[in-house]
Amino acid sequence: MTDTTTRETAPPGAGEPLLGLVDVGKSYGNVAALRNVSLDVHAGSVTCVLGDNGAGKSTLIKIIAGLHRHDTGRYLLDGEETVLHSPREALDRGIATVYQDLAVVPLMPVWRNFFLGSEPHTGRGPLRRLDVATMRRTTREALARMGIDLPDVDRPIGTLSGGQRQCVAIARAVHFGARILVLDEPTAALGVKQSGVVLRYVAAARDQGLGVVLITHNPHHAHLVGDRFVLLKRGTMAGSHRKGDITLDALTHEMAGGGELEQLGHELARTPAPTRSPAAS
Amino acid sequence: MSDTRTSDSQPPPTEGPAADDAPTAEPPAAGPPGRAGELARRLFTRPELGALVGAVAVFVFFALSAESFLRPGSLSTVLYASSTIGIVAVAVALLMIGGEFDLSAGVLVTSSALVSSMFSYQMTANVWVGVGVSLLVTLAVGLFNGWLLTRTGLPSFIITLGTFLMLTGLNLGLTKLIAGTVSTKSIADMEGFSAARAVFASQLDLGGFTLRVTVLWWLALVAVATWVLLRTRAGNWIFAVGGNKDAARAVGVPVRGTKIGLYLGVAFCAWVLGQHLLFSYDVVQSGEGVGNELIYIAAAVIGGCLLTGGYGSAAGAAIGALIFGIVSKGIVYAEWDPNWFKFFLGAMLLLAALLNAWIRKRAEATR
Ligand SMILES: Nc1ncnc2c1ncn2[C@@H]1O[C@H](COP(=O)(O)OP(=O)(O)O)[C@@H](O)[C@H]1O
Ligand SMILES: [Mg+2]
Repeated sequence: MTDTTTRETAPPGAGEPLLGLVDVGKSYGNVAALRNVSLDVHAGSVTCVLGDNGAGKSTLIKIIAGLHRHDTGRYLLDGEETVLHSPREALDRGIATVYQDLAVVPLMPVWRNFFLGSEPHTGRGPLRRLDVATMRRTTREALARMGIDLPDVDRPIGTLSGGQRQCVAIARAVHFGARILVLDEPTAALGVKQSGVVLRYVAAARDQGLGVVLITHNPHHAHLVGDRFVLLKRGTMAGSHRKGDITLDALTHEMAGGGELEQLGHELARTPAPTRSPAAS
Repeated sequence: MSDTRTSDSQPPPTEGPAADDAPTAEPPAAGPPGRAGELARRLFTRPELGALVGAVAVFVFFALSAESFLRPGSLSTVLYASSTIGIVAVAVALLMIGGEFDLSAGVLVTSSALVSSMFSYQMTANVWVGVGVSLLVTLAVGLFNGWLLTRTGLPSFIITLGTFLMLTGLNLGLTKLIAGTVSTKSIADMEGFSAARAVFASQLDLGGFTLRVTVLWWLALVAVATWVLLRTRAGNWIFAVGGNKDAARAVGVPVRGTKIGLYLGVAFCAWVLGQHLLFSYDVVQSGEGVGNELIYIAAAVIGGCLLTGGYGSAAGAAIGALIFGIVSKGIVYAEWDPNWFKFFLGAMLLLAALLNAWIRKRAEATR
């Protein structure tokens, strides 16, 4: 697989990346969760970060999102070295993150979730209040613009399906003017159909000009929408590819552990499970 | 939901509701099974529905069991009892919606009255100074609870159990040290007393019905709390920090500030009730208040607040307090052994909790 691995050192012709990480590292105590990871995010393109459980994917996006600070390396926003101090600051700089399980507050209505943390006001003085009518209407419209058809924005968001919830979170990020959208395994808990729906919204966000960082451990999903692929393995970069440079098969192979998988195959072939008959399935 | 409308011509999204004047995608009319079911679902998702049914039930029950129950005088007594619970319960409910407990609220009421009384008596000639100092001290306790909670990340149950015990001891110990007995000296002859009594402990006779000022305080606090919860940014944050603290933080909600604010709210309400107790009896028993914290919590739960946070209403807590008032006084008017009161309420609490859980499950299952 090493022949398909091409280290990206400079951004491609698409101009300056919105966001760049250069040799970034992060430790939790003495656990090195990330070492020397570099990636670029360009406007209107999707950067996929792939890796097994524990590879450091979530750590990476928490750094991007301003939830954690990197220990080593450089964090470049619009080419300028930056240190983010909070998720709020990241949001203000146009970086919106949709976390795996932190995306929404389940018992709150869709429209309240949509505007959470950025609620619009109307009226003055003691009559200053949430602009509820605008919030409801804008939520419906923003969802419709993303192609999400939700008849009732008043229902608790927890009653939506997992895919719909992710879609609302994505629509929210797009609406609030995010330039960079970070998605942590948005399809991890979803079925085939719902994954497809979410990936459509990822593409929709990309087409609206956002730079998307898509975290996943599913190479099929990554290859469908990704423009560049960064592979993580136990905290280090195991590869970085452009779309044209790697086939789905190669990506799948690398993701699955490459040689390790073949090794595993041999092991399993030699010791078949005694109780399971091949006809059972 | 299938089609993805993505227009290449669309400019990059900008801040705010950019496309407000774009042709509005009307909400698709819900299909035939939608509308009526939707209405029923909305009704069933109201957090205070169970409490309302319960309140009507106990009201009718005592109206039938005790003939004196429906007299204006009895009703005003019921309302007064409800208000003294409801004033603090409404803040406790907001705190619970925000995902936290306060076990110190009951004794904090007494602390607040003690500080006010003793400071006035020992230091000044005017009760208003004591009232002001008491407000500061009470808010400081709330701030301490909230600050410790957000600093340490310990469960609020433990932290406020600590302040509960400390305040219980302080109330008794300091009162004995300063006043020499377990109760404070009367401040009835001090300057400002009658004005303070008018604010915190007056009453108005309306032909048999006695309207206590605490009822007005209660209604005002419920109205403010409802406004805050439903129509302000802070309200959105309260639901969010109780429902999913991490999600709230991730979208920029000031989680710590919100929680500390909620503890300050409880402290403020404890202060209001503390001043009422002081100015209606003009002395304070330092051992009072223990156990009331659980009654406030029970009223909030009966009113539909979720113990785990993120769900509930101020009006629900008010109805919960009303149930307490109806039952505690109804038992007296029915001439029963008052010892049944606690049993009755415990049963109500369990019923309410079960009913709420059931309603929520149904609401969430209705898709
Ligand atoms: N808060 C934390 N404290 C200590 N170790 C952590 C923490 N978060 C993640 N780790 C460790 O860092 C490594 C990478 O984790 P993570 O970024 O969550 O991986 P992924 O999202 O790819 O599954 C793992 O070994 C994990 O145990
Ligand atoms: Mg992860």
